[in-house]
Amino acid sequence: MRKIAVTSEGPGLDDRVDPRFGRTAGFVIVDLETMETRYIDNGRSQIMAQGAGIQAAQLIVQAGAECLLTGYVGPKAFQALTAVGIQIVQDLDGMTVREALERFKSGSVRVADGPNREGGK
Amino acid sequence: MREIVIISGKGGTGKTSLTGAFAHLAANKVVCDLDVDAPDLHLLLRPVREREERFLSGYEARIDGERCTGCGVCASLCRFDAIREGERGYTVDPIRCEGCKVCVAFCPAEAIRFELRHCGHWYVSSTRFGPMVHAQLFPGAENSGRLVMVLKQQARELATAKGLDLVLCDGAPGIGCPVISSLSGTHLAVAVTEPTPSGRHDLERVADLCRHFQVAFAVIINKHDLNQDEASRIEAYCRERDYPVLARLPHDPIITRAMIQGLVVTELPEAAFSRELTSTWARIEALMNGIG
Amino acid sequence: MIVSVASGKGGTGKTTVAASLATIWDRPLVAVDLDVEEPNLHLFLRPNLEESEAAHMEVPVVDASRCTFCGACSELCQFKAICAMGKLILTFPEMCHGCGGCIALCPEKALSPGTRELGEINRGRAGTIGFLMGRLRVGEAMSPPFMRLVKAKLNEMIAQSARDAIIDAPPGVSCPAVNAVIDTDLILLVTEPTPFGFYDFRLAWEAFSPLGKPMGAVVNRAGLGTDDLYRFCRDKGLPILTEIPFDRAIAEAYARGRVIAEVSPRLKETFVSLRDEIRDLAERSRPGEAAHA
Repeated sequence: MRKIAVTSEGPGLDDRVDPRFGRTAGFVIVDLETMETRYIDNGRSQIMAQGAGIQAAQLIVQAGAECLLTGYVGPKAFQALTAVGIQIVQDLDGMTVREALERFKSGSVRVADGPNREGGK
Repeated sequence: MREIVIISGKGGTGKTSLTGAFAHLAANKVVCDLDVDAPDLHLLLRPVREREERFLSGYEARIDGERCTGCGVCASLCRFDAIREGERGYTVDPIRCEGCKVCVAFCPAEAIRFELRHCGHWYVSSTRFGPMVHAQLFPGAENSGRLVMVLKQQARELATAKGLDLVLCDGAPGIGCPVISSLSGTHLAVAVTEPTPSGRHDLERVADLCRHFQVAFAVIINKHDLNQDEASRIEAYCRERDYPVLARLPHDPIITRAMIQGLVVTELPEAAFSRELTSTWARIEALMNGIG
Repeated sequence: MIVSVASGKGGTGKTTVAASLATIWDRPLVAVDLDVEEPNLHLFLRPNLEESEAAHMEVPVVDASRCTFCGACSELCQFKAICAMGKLILTFPEMCHGCGGCIALCPEKALSPGTRELGEINRGRAGTIGFLMGRLRVGEAMSPPFMRLVKAKLNEMIAQSARDAIIDAPPGVSCPAVNAVIDTDLILLVTEPTPFGFYDFRLAWEAFSPLGKPMGAVVNRAGLGTDDLYRFCRDKGLPILTEIPFDRAIAEAYARGRVIAEVSPRLKETFVSLRDEIRDLAERSRPGEAAHA
């Protein structure tokens, strides 16, 4: 597992994890081997009347992410991500992006088998 | 932080009047009017606006008259009957335009612009009962529930920022998008119904909706004295389904009198109705504590 | 003539007025319930339902063997009902608005129309009155696609045998309400003179005036509120076609499921004259008439 997407309130590793997936401010894409990061703004999803979660899923797929770290994911986005084989770790809000990555690397997180949120828009 | 939404299924049962009273009785909360189509709570709470934001959602097509060649491909493809022929080519009726982009994609002359739609405004305000988040869609605008989600998000952020532990929402009638969005992330839906055939019919549909989305559900029977037999039938239905009945309230013109004065009914404390509402709110709080 | 009965605020008496008008209407008629989220008209008119059909809308179905993953469908779809995710095309039929764009666009003809059930359309008779209603599936988010199907059914019925129609619209002023009134000949706005009633009535006036249809107001529960409503109607030149007084006896009759035009001769007369006022308003508003005036 090399490329991780983390929902984030800002572009850096010390920014806080944004608990939302579909309407998150943006994504920090991390290459775990080099620890290089890239930030993708999620403004395009936020303006959508519906389907923001699916739009966000497309964004991280295009970025080559293999795993997602976030707070919560709704059912449609969950379905979209799972269909292309992206692993999802939920409930990682309340900490920084760096801390979420540490948790992931230490192996103390569980890959989700279902969305932990009912859908919004 | 907890969230309660007061809904009704059928309009006119007294949802907003009761929400206004609960806004008075509840401590430490943000009030949120999620009926963005026809909001009324502000008529009781008289909010002072502190922040105003445009609500942009979806897109609409606009044909550039200069570039239109009058070929009519757009009109033939539009499934929403939104494109009509005029004197200078074709035009899009913004009221009917669904924002699907088909005409834009297929126009051979690339004569159609696709623009963000300004659908309304939302506000963060202060009231004599605390902070309030509310909105107004422009008449005829799409009501996808997106604005409802924006308001809920704002209310939650405001509650967190101010250390308040409750978001109290006035919901919308019906069972469509806006109501579904209202229920997202809610801890308790309280349905206000009335003992009429429509009241009962619509209560059952909104109860099914809450069951579908696994939201805890409780009922207030308003205007129960209009038809006590029907009120009892509603209670029997609730017992069968294990929905707590929080109150049986009488039809009382004092609600309208308070409304005319721009007050919630509990601001007229001498009214028997106000005392009943105070006990009803206490029961709602007890129920919330039980939900954990 | 197709008359729609609408209101800004819910609970002002739309269904009450629609049901009562239907029972005293003296020409061939279909009564239509377009409040597909919470249909109530049948509770008062008590029709014999003769026909019931599931109503479907068109959604895209992907033939993976023909798909080249060009992503054009995904690029076009504004609603994320079809989306390209890597080497997969996923569809979310519940998000589809039925625009047909993806199917028309696909260069490989890999998309074909499938269906999604929106709800049930019921047809029948209440005495001599034809009856049509739509009931949206619980959990279905959007009413307009389903409302369009019910309206298409109404047009079929009228084409088969010419009749007037009275449409009970959903409450509010956003797209479901606009959808119900937009293809009708005259809009009846039912309201009550309370502050909530008046505020929502103004919203309804703002929403529906641009449609350019003749509009008239019906004031229900008259006497239970203020004068603001009447002043507004005067200022806007909006005729008040009738008033129904606030009367507890009427409220109780309604609570028992009675059609209020049947409660007393006086109330029946109220609706008979409303019917005549509607016809006069429709006459006055015809383009020929305006030229004469």
